[in-house]
Amino acid sequence: MRTAFLDTPDEAVADVADGSTVLIGGFGLAGMPIALIDALIRQGAGDLTIVNNNAGNGDTGLAALLAKGRVRKVICSFPRQHDSWVFDDLYRRGAIELELVPQGNLAERMRAAGAGIGAFFCPTGVGTPLAEGKETREIDGRTYVLEYPLRGDVALIGALRADRAGNLVYRKTARNFGPVMATAAATVVAEVRELVDVGGIDPEAVVTPSIFVDRVVLA
Amino acid sequence: MRTTDQIAAAVAADIPPGSFVNLGIGQPTMVADHLTTESGVVLHTENGMLGMGPAAEPGHEDWDLTNAGKQAVTELPGAAYFHHADSFAMMRGGHLDVCVLGAFQVSVTGDLANWHTGAPDAIPAVGGAMDLAIGAKQVFVMMTLFAKDGSPKLVEACTYPLTGLACVTRLYTDLATFEVGPDGARLLTTYGVDAAELAERLGLEL
Repeated sequence: MRTAFLDTPDEAVADVADGSTVLIGGFGLAGMPIALIDALIRQGAGDLTIVNNNAGNGDTGLAALLAKGRVRKVICSFPRQHDSWVFDDLYRRGAIELELVPQGNLAERMRAAGAGIGAFFCPTGVGTPLAEGKETREIDGRTYVLEYPLRGDVALIGALRADRAGNLVYRKTARNFGPVMATAAATVVAEVRELVDVGGIDPEAVVTPSIFVDRVVLA
Repeated sequence: MRTTDQIAAAVAADIPPGSFVNLGIGQPTMVADHLTTESGVVLHTENGMLGMGPAAEPGHEDWDLTNAGKQAVTELPGAAYFHHADSFAMMRGGHLDVCVLGAFQVSVTGDLANWHTGAPDAIPAVGGAMDLAIGAKQVFVMMTLFAKDGSPKLVEACTYPLTGLACVTRLYTDLATFEVGPDGARLLTTYGVDAAELAERLGLEL
Protein backbone atom coordinates (compact mmCIF):
# COMPACT_ATOMS: atom_id res chain seq x y z
CA MET A 1 0.00 0.00 0.00
CA ARG A 2 1.06 3.59 -0.58
CA THR A 3 3.06 5.34 2.12
CA ALA A 4 1.12 7.15 4.86
CA PHE A 5 2.40 10.46 6.23
CA LEU A 6 1.69 10.94 9.91
CA ASP A 7 1.89 14.05 12.01
CA THR A 8 3.52 12.59 15.11
CA PRO A 9 5.84 9.70 16.01
CA ASP A 10 3.17 8.57 18.50
CA GLU A 11 0.63 7.96 15.73
CA ALA A 12 3.30 6.14 13.73
CA VAL A 13 3.90 3.51 16.44
CA ALA A 14 0.42 3.44 18.02
CA ASP A 15 -0.35 -0.15 16.92
CA VAL A 16 2.90 -1.90 17.95
CA ALA A 17 1.72 -4.97 19.87
CA ASP A 18 3.22 -6.61 22.95
CA GLY A 19 5.60 -9.39 21.94
CA SER A 20 6.52 -7.79 18.62
CA THR A 21 9.89 -8.15 16.94
CA VAL A 22 11.06 -4.61 16.25
CA LEU A 23 13.94 -3.91 13.88
CA ILE A 24 15.60 -0.66 14.95
CA GLY A 25 18.00 1.06 12.58
CA GLY A 26 21.23 2.74 13.50
CA PHE A 27 24.83 1.90 14.22
CA GLY A 28 25.33 3.32 17.66
CA LEU A 29 23.49 6.63 17.47
CA ALA A 30 24.15 7.21 13.73
CA GLY A 31 20.83 6.56 12.00
CA MET A 32 18.99 5.65 15.19
CA PRO A 33 15.33 6.80 15.02
CA ILE A 34 15.29 8.44 18.44
CA ALA A 35 11.84 10.11 18.11
CA LEU A 36 10.21 6.80 17.14
CA ILE A 37 11.89 4.97 20.02
CA ASP A 38 10.77 7.66 22.46
CA ALA A 39 7.24 7.29 21.07
CA LEU A 40 7.44 3.51 21.48
CA ILE A 41 8.44 4.04 25.13
CA ARG A 42 5.36 6.27 25.64
CA GLN A 43 3.18 3.80 23.74
CA GLY A 44 4.02 1.13 26.29
CA ALA A 45 4.40 -2.09 24.24
CA GLY A 46 6.40 -4.68 26.15
CA ASP A 47 7.88 -8.19 25.86
CA LEU A 48 9.62 -6.94 22.72
CA THR A 49 12.39 -8.58 20.73
CA ILE A 50 14.70 -5.85 19.45
CA VAL A 51 17.03 -6.24 16.49
CA ASN A 52 19.81 -3.65 16.27
CA ASN A 53 23.54 -3.78 15.73
CA ASN A 54 24.11 -2.79 19.35
CA ALA A 55 22.19 -2.96 22.60
CA GLY A 56 21.89 0.72 23.41
CA ASN A 57 24.29 3.55 24.12
CA GLY A 58 24.17 5.88 27.10
CA ASP A 59 20.70 6.50 28.51
CA THR A 60 18.76 7.60 25.42
CA GLY A 61 17.06 5.86 22.49
CA LEU A 62 17.32 2.07 22.60
CA ALA A 63 19.03 2.18 26.00
CA ALA A 64 16.03 4.05 27.42
CA LEU A 65 13.65 1.40 26.02
CA LEU A 66 15.75 -1.31 27.67
CA ALA A 67 15.86 0.61 30.95
CA LYS A 68 12.03 0.65 31.01
CA GLY A 69 11.99 -3.14 31.04
CA ARG A 70 10.11 -3.41 27.75
CA VAL A 71 12.56 -5.71 26.03
CA ARG A 72 12.63 -9.48 26.50
CA LYS A 73 15.36 -10.22 23.99
CA VAL A 74 18.01 -8.40 22.01
CA ILE A 75 19.34 -9.78 18.71
CA CYS A 76 22.54 -7.90 17.90
CA SER A 77 26.21 -8.23 16.97
CA PHE A 78 27.93 -5.95 19.46
CA PRO A 79 26.22 -5.31 22.80
CA ARG A 80 29.33 -4.53 24.84
CA GLN A 81 30.47 -0.92 24.52
CA HIS A 82 31.97 1.69 26.80
CA ASP A 83 28.52 3.24 27.23
CA SER A 84 26.28 0.13 27.22
CA TRP A 85 25.75 0.14 30.99
CA VAL A 86 21.96 -0.31 30.74
CA PHE A 87 22.26 -3.54 28.73
CA ASP A 88 25.29 -4.75 30.70
CA ASP A 89 23.37 -4.51 33.97
CA LEU A 90 20.25 -6.27 32.59
CA TYR A 91 22.37 -9.03 31.05
CA ARG A 92 24.42 -9.64 34.19
CA ARG A 93 21.20 -9.86 36.24
CA GLY A 94 19.76 -12.37 33.76
CA ALA A 95 16.94 -9.91 33.02
CA ILE A 96 17.35 -9.95 29.24
CA GLU A 97 18.04 -12.56 26.56
CA LEU A 98 20.82 -12.07 24.02
CA GLU A 99 21.12 -13.68 20.59
CA LEU A 100 24.56 -12.73 19.34
CA VAL A 101 24.82 -12.69 15.53
CA PRO A 102 27.87 -11.79 13.42
CA GLN A 103 27.24 -8.33 11.96
CA GLY A 104 27.18 -9.45 8.34
CA ASN A 105 24.80 -12.30 9.16
CA LEU A 106 22.52 -9.87 10.95
CA ALA A 107 22.32 -7.77 7.78
CA GLU A 108 22.08 -10.73 5.40
CA ARG A 109 19.41 -12.51 7.44
CA MET A 110 17.24 -9.39 7.17
CA ARG A 111 18.11 -9.02 3.49
CA ALA A 112 16.98 -12.64 2.97
CA ALA A 113 13.73 -11.97 4.83
CA GLY A 114 13.07 -8.92 2.68
CA ALA A 115 13.93 -10.73 -0.54
CA GLY A 116 11.82 -13.81 0.11
CA ILE A 117 14.79 -16.16 0.53
CA GLY A 118 14.01 -19.24 2.65
CA ALA A 119 17.51 -19.62 4.11
CA PHE A 120 21.08 -19.30 2.87
CA PHE A 121 24.47 -20.98 3.28
CA CYS A 122 27.06 -18.56 4.65
CA PRO A 123 30.77 -19.06 5.33
CA THR A 124 30.82 -16.72 8.35
CA GLY A 125 31.32 -18.37 11.71
CA VAL A 126 32.24 -21.87 10.51
CA GLY A 127 34.04 -23.67 13.33
CA THR A 128 33.10 -21.05 15.93
CA PRO A 129 30.69 -21.16 18.89
CA LEU A 130 28.19 -19.03 16.95
CA ALA A 131 27.69 -21.83 14.42
CA GLU A 132 27.29 -24.61 16.99
CA GLY A 133 24.28 -26.81 16.35
CA LYS A 134 23.63 -25.29 12.94
CA GLU A 135 23.41 -27.28 9.74
CA THR A 136 26.52 -27.07 7.55
CA ARG A 137 27.19 -28.04 3.97
CA GLU A 138 30.31 -28.30 1.84
CA ILE A 139 29.90 -26.53 -1.49
CA ASP A 140 32.77 -26.51 -3.98
CA GLY A 141 35.23 -27.45 -1.25
CA ARG A 142 34.20 -24.77 1.23
CA THR A 143 32.09 -25.24 4.37
CA TYR A 144 29.01 -23.06 4.89
CA VAL A 145 26.51 -22.64 7.73
CA LEU A 146 22.77 -22.55 7.12
CA GLU A 147 21.30 -19.24 8.28
CA TYR A 148 17.62 -18.35 8.42
CA PRO A 149 15.89 -15.07 7.59
CA LEU A 150 15.27 -12.53 10.32
CA ARG A 151 11.91 -10.83 9.94
CA GLY A 152 10.39 -7.98 11.92
CA ASP A 153 6.79 -7.17 12.76
CA VAL A 154 7.84 -3.54 12.71
CA ALA A 155 10.94 -1.67 11.52
CA LEU A 156 11.78 1.75 12.92
CA ILE A 157 14.43 3.48 10.82
CA GLY A 158 15.98 6.90 10.49
CA ALA A 159 16.54 8.59 7.13
CA LEU A 160 17.58 12.04 6.00
CA ARG A 161 14.78 12.85 3.58
CA ALA A 162 11.52 11.47 2.21
CA ASP A 163 9.53 12.73 -0.72
CA ARG A 164 5.72 12.76 -0.66
CA ALA A 165 5.73 9.46 -2.53
CA GLY A 166 7.62 7.81 0.35
CA ASN A 167 11.03 7.37 -1.28
CA LEU A 168 13.98 7.73 1.10
CA VAL A 169 17.57 8.91 1.02
CA TYR A 170 19.98 8.68 3.92
CA ARG A 171 22.98 10.67 5.09
CA LYS A 172 26.55 9.31 5.10
CA THR A 173 27.16 6.31 7.39
CA ALA A 174 23.78 6.86 9.10
CA ARG A 175 22.43 4.77 6.19
CA ASN A 176 23.81 1.56 7.75
CA PHE A 177 20.93 -0.88 8.45
CA GLY A 178 18.07 1.36 7.27
CA PRO A 179 17.70 0.15 3.67
CA VAL A 180 17.93 -3.51 4.70
CA MET A 181 15.50 -3.24 7.62
CA ALA A 182 13.07 -1.35 5.37
CA THR A 183 12.65 -4.53 3.31
CA ALA A 184 12.34 -6.95 6.22
CA ALA A 185 9.35 -5.95 8.37
CA ALA A 186 5.58 -6.13 7.99
CA THR A 187 5.25 -2.45 8.90
CA VAL A 188 8.08 -0.03 8.16
CA VAL A 189 8.16 3.38 9.82
CA ALA A 190 10.71 5.98 8.78
CA GLU A 191 11.63 9.04 10.81
CA VAL A 192 13.02 11.72 8.49
CA ARG A 193 14.59 15.13 9.02
CA GLU A 194 13.24 16.57 5.78
CA LEU A 195 10.07 16.03 3.78
CA VAL A 196 10.00 17.24 0.17
CA ASP A 197 7.44 17.24 -2.61
CA VAL A 198 7.32 14.53 -5.23
CA GLY A 199 10.15 15.31 -7.63
CA GLY A 200 12.32 16.60 -4.78
CA ILE A 201 14.44 13.44 -4.86
CA ASP A 202 16.14 12.45 -8.11
CA PRO A 203 14.75 8.99 -8.99
CA GLU A 204 18.34 7.88 -9.76
CA ALA A 205 19.34 8.77 -6.19
CA VAL A 206 16.53 7.00 -4.31
CA VAL A 207 18.04 4.50 -1.85
CA THR A 208 14.86 3.01 -0.39
CA PRO A 209 11.95 3.03 -2.88
CA SER A 210 8.54 3.86 -1.45
CA ILE A 211 7.20 0.30 -1.88
CA PHE A 212 9.17 -0.62 1.25
CA VAL A 213 7.97 2.32 3.35
CA ASP A 214 4.59 2.19 5.11
CA ARG A 215 4.72 5.30 7.28
CA VAL A 216 6.79 8.46 7.33
CA VAL A 217 6.98 10.98 10.11
CA LEU A 218 8.96 14.22 10.17
CA ALA A 219 10.90 14.44 13.43
CA MET B 1 61.45 -5.09 20.05
CA ARG B 2 59.01 -2.98 18.00
CA THR B 3 56.59 -0.40 19.33
CA THR B 4 52.93 -0.61 18.31
CA ASP B 5 53.55 2.27 15.93
CA GLN B 6 56.45 0.38 14.32
CA ILE B 7 54.27 -2.72 13.95
CA ALA B 8 51.60 -0.55 12.30
CA ALA B 9 54.24 0.86 9.93
CA ALA B 10 55.35 -2.66 9.01
CA VAL B 11 51.78 -3.70 8.25
CA ALA B 12 51.26 -0.58 6.11
CA ALA B 13 54.44 -1.30 4.15
CA ASP B 14 53.12 -4.76 3.22
CA ILE B 15 49.74 -3.56 1.95
CA PRO B 16 49.89 -3.61 -1.88
CA PRO B 17 49.29 -0.20 -3.50
CA GLY B 18 45.72 0.24 -4.69
CA SER B 19 44.27 -2.21 -2.18
CA PHE B 20 40.83 -1.98 -0.60
CA VAL B 21 41.53 -2.38 3.11
CA ASN B 22 39.54 -2.69 6.33
CA LEU B 23 41.29 -1.77 9.57
CA GLY B 24 39.82 -3.33 12.71
CA ILE B 25 38.95 -1.43 15.87
CA GLY B 26 41.84 -0.57 18.21
CA GLN B 27 45.50 -0.86 17.29
CA PRO B 28 44.89 -1.68 13.60
CA THR B 29 43.51 1.84 13.09
CA MET B 30 47.11 3.08 13.60
CA VAL B 31 48.02 1.50 10.25
CA ALA B 32 46.18 4.39 8.55
CA ASP B 33 48.79 6.83 9.87
CA HIS B 34 51.41 5.04 7.74
CA LEU B 35 49.48 4.79 4.47
CA THR B 36 50.44 7.49 1.98
CA THR B 37 48.08 9.11 -0.52
CA GLU B 38 50.40 7.83 -3.29
CA SER B 39 49.70 4.22 -2.22
CA GLY B 40 46.15 4.62 -3.52
CA VAL B 41 44.88 2.43 -0.68
CA VAL B 42 41.14 2.86 -0.09
CA LEU B 43 39.83 2.26 3.44
CA HIS B 44 36.57 0.39 3.98
CA THR B 45 34.60 0.76 7.18
CA GLU B 46 32.00 -1.95 7.71
CA ASN B 47 29.28 0.40 8.87
CA GLY B 48 29.04 1.43 5.23
CA MET B 49 31.76 3.50 3.56
CA LEU B 50 34.68 3.30 1.16
CA GLY B 51 37.17 6.16 1.05
CA MET B 52 37.23 6.84 4.77
CA GLY B 53 39.53 9.68 5.78
CA PRO B 54 41.22 10.53 9.08
CA ALA B 55 39.43 11.15 12.37
CA ALA B 56 37.40 14.39 12.49
CA GLU B 57 39.01 17.37 14.20
CA PRO B 58 37.56 18.07 17.66
CA GLY B 59 34.67 20.50 17.26
CA HIS B 60 34.11 19.41 13.65
CA GLU B 61 32.56 15.99 14.29
CA ASP B 62 29.65 14.91 12.10
CA TRP B 63 27.90 12.10 13.97
CA ASP B 64 26.32 10.82 10.74
CA LEU B 65 29.89 10.04 9.62
CA THR B 66 31.49 7.52 11.92
CA ASN B 67 33.76 4.50 11.68
CA ALA B 68 33.21 0.97 12.99
CA GLY B 69 34.41 2.13 16.40
CA LYS B 70 31.73 4.87 16.30
CA GLN B 71 34.35 7.62 16.21
CA ALA B 72 33.69 10.64 14.02
CA VAL B 73 35.73 10.39 10.82
CA THR B 74 35.96 12.23 7.50
CA GLU B 75 35.39 11.38 3.85
CA LEU B 76 37.98 11.55 1.09
CA PRO B 77 37.28 12.52 -2.54
CA GLY B 78 35.83 9.46 -4.30
CA ALA B 79 34.18 8.14 -1.15
CA ALA B 80 31.02 6.01 -1.38
CA TYR B 81 28.31 5.10 1.13
CA PHE B 82 26.31 1.88 1.12
CA HIS B 83 24.09 -0.17 3.40
CA HIS B 84 25.17 -2.98 5.68
CA ALA B 85 24.25 -5.91 3.44
CA ASP B 86 26.37 -4.43 0.63
CA SER B 87 29.17 -3.65 3.06
CA PHE B 88 29.41 -7.25 4.20
CA ALA B 89 28.98 -8.56 0.65
CA MET B 90 32.22 -6.69 -0.06
CA MET B 91 33.90 -8.90 2.55
CA ARG B 92 32.21 -12.27 2.02
CA GLY B 93 32.20 -11.85 -1.73
CA GLY B 94 35.99 -11.62 -1.80
CA HIS B 95 36.19 -7.98 -2.92
CA LEU B 96 38.20 -6.70 0.02
CA ASP B 97 41.95 -7.16 -0.49
CA VAL B 98 43.24 -6.92 3.08
CA CYS B 99 41.89 -6.63 6.59
CA VAL B 100 44.01 -5.93 9.65
CA LEU B 101 42.75 -7.26 12.98
CA GLY B 102 43.91 -7.56 16.56
CA ALA B 103 43.88 -10.95 18.29
CA PHE B 104 43.94 -12.80 21.60
CA GLN B 105 45.45 -15.85 19.89
CA VAL B 106 46.50 -16.98 16.42
CA SER B 107 47.30 -20.61 15.63
CA VAL B 108 50.20 -21.69 13.45
CA THR B 109 47.69 -22.73 10.77
CA GLY B 110 46.00 -19.33 10.81
CA ASP B 111 43.01 -19.90 13.10
CA LEU B 112 41.99 -16.64 14.77
CA ALA B 113 40.56 -15.97 18.24
CA ASN B 114 39.80 -12.30 18.79
CA TRP B 115 36.22 -11.81 19.94
CA HIS B 116 35.69 -13.48 23.29
CA THR B 117 37.88 -14.55 26.18
CA GLY B 118 35.24 -17.05 27.28
CA ALA B 119 35.34 -15.54 30.80
CA PRO B 120 32.03 -16.29 32.58
CA ASP B 121 31.26 -12.65 33.43
CA ALA B 122 32.25 -11.31 29.99
CA ILE B 123 29.49 -9.96 27.76
CA PRO B 124 30.16 -11.48 24.34
CA ALA B 125 30.37 -9.10 21.38
CA VAL B 126 31.45 -10.17 17.90
CA GLY B 127 30.62 -7.29 15.54
CA GLY B 128 32.04 -7.85 12.07
CA ALA B 129 35.10 -9.83 13.15
CA MET B 130 33.88 -13.22 11.90
CA ASP B 131 32.73 -11.83 8.55
CA LEU B 132 36.02 -9.98 8.04
CA ALA B 133 38.12 -12.97 9.07
CA ILE B 134 36.65 -15.29 6.44
CA GLY B 135 35.93 -12.64 3.85
CA ALA B 136 39.03 -10.57 3.16
CA LYS B 137 41.49 -12.07 0.66
CA GLN B 138 44.32 -11.55 3.15
CA VAL B 139 43.98 -11.25 6.91
CA PHE B 140 46.85 -9.56 8.71
CA VAL B 141 46.93 -9.69 12.49
CA MET B 142 48.86 -7.24 14.67
CA MET B 143 49.36 -7.99 18.37
CA THR B 144 51.98 -8.46 21.06
CA LEU B 145 53.51 -11.94 20.77
CA PHE B 146 53.08 -12.68 24.47
CA ALA B 147 50.15 -11.93 26.79
CA LYS B 148 50.66 -9.88 29.94
CA ASP B 149 51.04 -13.11 31.93
CA GLY B 150 53.83 -14.21 29.58
CA SER B 151 51.86 -16.86 27.72
CA PRO B 152 52.41 -17.06 23.95
CA LYS B 153 49.63 -15.74 21.70
CA LEU B 154 50.93 -17.64 18.65
CA VAL B 155 49.92 -21.18 19.53
CA GLU B 156 49.60 -24.71 18.14
CA ALA B 157 45.81 -24.53 18.64
CA CYS B 158 43.70 -21.66 20.00
CA THR B 159 42.15 -22.17 23.44
CA TYR B 160 39.90 -19.09 23.27
CA PRO B 161 36.64 -19.30 21.28
CA LEU B 162 37.42 -19.05 17.56
CA THR B 163 36.59 -16.17 15.24
CA GLY B 164 37.52 -18.04 12.06
CA LEU B 165 39.34 -21.14 10.86
CA ALA B 166 42.55 -20.96 8.79
CA CYS B 167 41.99 -17.34 7.88
CA VAL B 168 45.08 -15.41 9.05
CA THR B 169 47.88 -15.09 6.51
CA ARG B 170 50.39 -12.86 8.32
CA LEU B 171 51.12 -12.07 11.92
CA TYR B 172 52.92 -8.85 12.92
CA THR B 173 54.15 -8.65 16.52
CA ASP B 174 56.55 -6.67 18.69
CA LEU B 175 59.16 -9.43 18.48
CA ALA B 176 58.69 -10.95 15.03
CA THR B 177 56.70 -11.18 11.83
CA PHE B 178 55.36 -14.58 10.74
CA GLU B 179 53.57 -16.18 7.85
CA VAL B 180 50.95 -18.64 9.04
CA GLY B 181 48.92 -21.13 7.07
CA PRO B 182 48.45 -24.77 6.10
CA ASP B 183 52.20 -25.44 6.37
CA GLY B 184 52.47 -23.92 9.84
CA ALA B 185 54.22 -20.79 11.08
CA ARG B 186 57.21 -19.44 9.19
CA LEU B 187 59.39 -16.82 10.83
CA LEU B 188 60.06 -13.88 8.48
CA THR B 189 61.91 -11.37 10.69
CA THR B 190 62.75 -10.94 14.36
CA TYR B 191 63.31 -7.83 16.45
CA GLY B 192 65.73 -7.94 19.38
CA VAL B 193 65.52 -11.67 19.83
CA ASP B 194 67.05 -14.57 17.88
CA ALA B 195 65.04 -17.25 16.17
CA ALA B 196 66.12 -20.12 18.41
CA GLU B 197 65.25 -18.23 21.59
CA LEU B 198 61.89 -17.22 20.13
CA ALA B 199 61.04 -20.80 19.14
CA GLU B 200 61.86 -21.94 22.66
CA ARG B 201 59.79 -19.24 24.34
CA LEU B 202 56.87 -20.05 22.05
CA GLY B 203 57.30 -23.78 22.38
CA LEU B 204 56.91 -24.07 18.62
CA GLU B 205 58.97 -25.28 15.70
CA LEU B 206 59.34 -22.33 13.38
